[in-house]
Amino acid sequence: MVCTDNIDFTIPLQPAADRRMIKFVLMVNRQGQTRLSRYYHSVELSRRAALEADVVRYCLSRKKDQCSFVEYKDFKVVYRQYAALYIVVGITDSENELSIYELVHNFVEVLDKYFSRVSELDIMFNLDRVHIILDEMIQNGHIVETNKSRILAPLTAIDKMVES
Amino acid sequence: MALKIVKGSIDRMFDKNLQDLVRGIRNHKEDEAKYISTCIDEIKQELKQDNIAVKANAVCKLTYLQMLGYDVSWAAFNIVEVMSSSKFTYKRIGYLAASQCFHENTDVIMLTTNQIRKDLSSPNQYDTGVALTGLSCFVTPDLARDLANDIMTLMSHTKPYIRKKAVLIMYKVFLKYPESLRPAFPRLKEKLEDPDPGVQSAAVNVICELARRNPKNYLSLAPLFFKLMTSSTNNWVLIKIIKLFGALTPLEPRLGKKLIEPLTNLIHSTSAMSLLYECVNTVIAGQYSCSVGSVCLRISVVKYLGLLAMSKILKTHPKSVQSHKDLILQCLDDKDESIRLRALDLLYGMVSKKNLMEIVKKLMIHVDKAEGTTYRDELLTKIIDICSQSNYQYITNFEWYISILVELTRLEGTRHGHLIASQMLDVAIRVKAIRAFAVAQMATLLDNAHLLTGNMQRNGICEVLYAAAWICGEFSEHLENPVQTLEAMLRPKVATLPGHIQAVYVQNAAKLFATILKNQEGNTDSTAAQETSQLMIDRLPLFVQSANLEVQERASCILQLVKYIQKLQQKDVEVAEEVSALFAGELNPVAPKAQKKVPVPEGLDLDAWINEPPSESESEDEQPKAIFTKEEPKHSRPRHTEVDEKELARRREARKQEQANNPFYIKASPSSQKVYQETPGVEHIPVVQIDLSVPLKVPGLPMSDQYVKLEEERRQKERAEKKKKEKKKRKEKRSGRGKKHDSGPESEEDITPAHVVDIVTEEMPENALPSDDDDKDPNDPHKVCDIQGNLQDGSQVVVSVIFENKSDSFLKSMEFNVLDSLNSKLQRPEGSGPHDGLTVPFQLPPGVSNEARFVFTVQSIVMPQKLKGTLTFIVKDSSTHEKLDFKLHFTCTSYLITTPCYSDAFAKLLESGDLKSSSVRLEGVNMPFHHLLARICFHHHFSVVERIDSCASMYSRSIQGHHVCLLVKTSGQTVSIDAKCDEPTLLGNVLDEIKQTFSQC
Repeated sequence: MVCTDNIDFTIPLQPAADRRMIKFVLMVNRQGQTRLSRYYHSVELSRRAALEADVVRYCLSRKKDQCSFVEYKDFKVVYRQYAALYIVVGITDSENELSIYELVHNFVEVLDKYFSRVSELDIMFNLDRVHIILDEMIQNGHIVETNKSRILAPLTAIDKMVES
Repeated sequence: MALKIVKGSIDRMFDKNLQDLVRGIRNHKEDEAKYISTCIDEIKQELKQDNIAVKANAVCKLTYLQMLGYDVSWAAFNIVEVMSSSKFTYKRIGYLAASQCFHENTDVIMLTTNQIRKDLSSPNQYDTGVALTGLSCFVTPDLARDLANDIMTLMSHTKPYIRKKAVLIMYKVFLKYPESLRPAFPRLKEKLEDPDPGVQSAAVNVICELARRNPKNYLSLAPLFFKLMTSSTNNWVLIKIIKLFGALTPLEPRLGKKLIEPLTNLIHSTSAMSLLYECVNTVIAGQYSCSVGSVCLRISVVKYLGLLAMSKILKTHPKSVQSHKDLILQCLDDKDESIRLRALDLLYGMVSKKNLMEIVKKLMIHVDKAEGTTYRDELLTKIIDICSQSNYQYITNFEWYISILVELTRLEGTRHGHLIASQMLDVAIRVKAIRAFAVAQMATLLDNAHLLTGNMQRNGICEVLYAAAWICGEFSEHLENPVQTLEAMLRPKVATLPGHIQAVYVQNAAKLFATILKNQEGNTDSTAAQETSQLMIDRLPLFVQSANLEVQERASCILQLVKYIQKLQQKDVEVAEEVSALFAGELNPVAPKAQKKVPVPEGLDLDAWINEPPSESESEDEQPKAIFTKEEPKHSRPRHTEVDEKELARRREARKQEQANNPFYIKASPSSQKVYQETPGVEHIPVVQIDLSVPLKVPGLPMSDQYVKLEEERRQKERAEKKKKEKKKRKEKRSGRGKKHDSGPESEEDITPAHVVDIVTEEMPENALPSDDDDKDPNDPHKVCDIQGNLQDGSQVVVSVIFENKSDSFLKSMEFNVLDSLNSKLQRPEGSGPHDGLTVPFQLPPGVSNEARFVFTVQSIVMPQKLKGTLTFIVKDSSTHEKLDFKLHFTCTSYLITTPCYSDAFAKLLESGDLKSSSVRLEGVNMPFHHLLARICFHHHFSVVERIDSCASMYSRSIQGHHVCLLVKTSGQTVSIDAKCDEPTLLGNVLDEIKQTFSQC
């Protein structure tokens, strides 16, 4: 058994920007339309639109051969382009950019497996399912699961339930 | 009843589902807003129905609309309804909508507690899962408190799927309800060893996050993590663990050693770039001396991060980076400018004697190719920075460097003409062996001056001619064809150059003339000499008519001189000797710090006015290119001043006198330095003689004696060191005198310079004091009443207070006391209470003033402060205690330090976007713009970064490192100041103070 007596269980207050986490995940197309958005810290609705537009404009303005990591205001943005669709992830400063970069690809691979060759339309029409997949992978702003079959397990179970 | 159900299902058939909504929005591109508002109306209707399926469908659509930016908070209660549906397909829609729309302040959350608890304990694992996922998005402190126990039970659920989610949500619960951490901790720790990797990873995530906030509590878990690190294959988990160790190692140094092996293994075995990067970052941060070199190569595949990491490595292991020079040079070809700039930064740190020429050669190629002047200018400054760093340490061949500088002058439209010019001057003056070559190059440059000045609009580069003319004149004895150069310098085209360059031309033409006369007088034929005089007489009148005062004055002076010489020549009198005597003597460089090292004699107050300042300060026009106006005194010698002979003789006499007993004087001939080194004995060294009448006796401290003593000690030390150095030098037979690097690799020492180069080290005044604060800005006195706020590092502020006794009686036992505020405290000696006064270390006879310094610690500097204080003293004759109240006013300005800033750094600062802006307008300011700037500089400690016409950018820095940037514009009597600063309060106060300054005038 662990001796917990000498442990100080206080959690020092920390500014939100200092936490190591994913702040949001966005999927946007080249026209700047949001196809999916998920925030892991509360942002007012009115500010979301402005933030999305700003971040997206920033990412779209960059050329293909430019770096995929961008410093934006007080956080970093990691983005990846798949055909006309951009996946943009906002992270705090101390998060590892490359691991997020790889996570994005993992996410797309999972989508690809579930929808068998995923397209922008798949994501639009099955928004709730994409959300389930994303929730299986990222929770609380942290990566929880990266194994493809385990990520898809709940979803396939749900699908079976709906069919029956 | 049955009818109602049937009706419901029929309605459903006509309802839109999510897919229809998406399709509809796509089909109504023109009037999207209108279409959506009709959809929302429909949804509102649907939500009113009893049928849960219809409601779920409506909520699903709302979720989509919410994503598009529509406010759906009005449907919060309906969302809760859908959440509580017993059917999973509807329940998950409800939870999804809740997780997207709810936040801490949504009031319906209170209603959900029991529903969520029910879902958490549901036998269906997906019910539980969806509740946990939703909860992680909208958990409130109340929910956390009420549900903490339920979630904790779930941490040991049989299904790993639930365990994983429960562990992760606990982190959110800890944040909202910290009391839950203690009971949950043992279970959390158990989860680190969970058989399921997903649960393990979740536990690692949570503990890493907790440990980052309070690392020392989690040291006991280090062995467990160590095991995980060697066994886990999940890269994302490994990254987290490595980050955790990064936070733990500073607390437990032994951990660092243990980590080296697994880290190196990972570095060499992993194929994941992200993990590699994390490892390297940790290695760098921990400064473990393991072989990082090999890693850089692999990492630089991801250029930006690689370069970032390399710049970190460079600080600790410069050698391992140097071997990747080629890779970094390749990065210069990259299309991304940020990568190119990073690479440039790296290059600066990695040059050595061996590779300097190669690197600069590559850079020169890039200069030619570069598009856009900004990047090209950046390259140019970098080339010069690289070459001139640490006293030209890496340059083995100065001929090469001069030719590089000459090549750089061919750049079109660069702003850095003055930079190149100052480098040329610096090298030519300090490297004696190079002078002949430099002069030859400069002569060609002068000859082809029309190429440089072709485009007068962008004449930044013509500054180079300033240097060229000066070098040719000063070292004219090296010229091969002086007459031709003289001719080139007196061309009519020269009159189109800026005034300060013309002045140098004229002056140096005279020097050239002297040299030519000397050469020609040896010949039997005197006509050549006379022709030269005639040339001068023919051409100089052009300059006499110049609009520039300086040019005019010099030209007419020299013209008269030449006319006189010509007369003498016609009488066959030998004049060359005397003419060249005008310009005799050699010039030695002076260290920039030299003046500062000279101790200020006691009793001399440099800050005091000698005469009362004129009411309207007549500061001189600020030259945009300050470099020359500033440096001129350094290059000019007494003989430059054209004064009449009598005055000259008088001055010379006075100077000789002064030199004889002035230890501050820097002897002109380099041999004098040697004399000091070789003659032993203190008596040969001039000793500081301070016999200034001291206006005030400071009891107890014979200051001048102290200085002398200190000085003797220092010199003895220095002599010993110099001797040592001499010996070493002879042994190595090295001629470079630049600072030696102990860490310099052996291979570098082996490189012999291409030709013997004598870098004349900068001279220091002989009585320089060893002072610590020598790099700090000289204190900028700021008058606040009679109190001068002076600046010191950190948040300590030294305040100089001038006490002036205006009464007729003798004052003694003065005590200075200030009522501390929360923010500012007077520093008192240890052991004294917080209300004790400080004794002023002197007494004041009537009519005398003296200064005492007090140290204050200041917490925040963003607000101005007023401190109340009292001064108690005893009047000697009456022996009564008297009291004087005063107020100390700490303005925000007094926390600013004049800090020079280059325009490119300034631009970067403004671009960074971290600064908040504010602005102020001043009306009715009736003074020339340069006076205005001078006033801001003087009163508010700013420095001018750049000035263009009636617009100037200014910069200053606070003692706590806040940047303050100003953009001052004037039109008529209105002055607008746009300001930026990282601390808005400070900025506001500084602007207020500036406003006040101008309202007073």
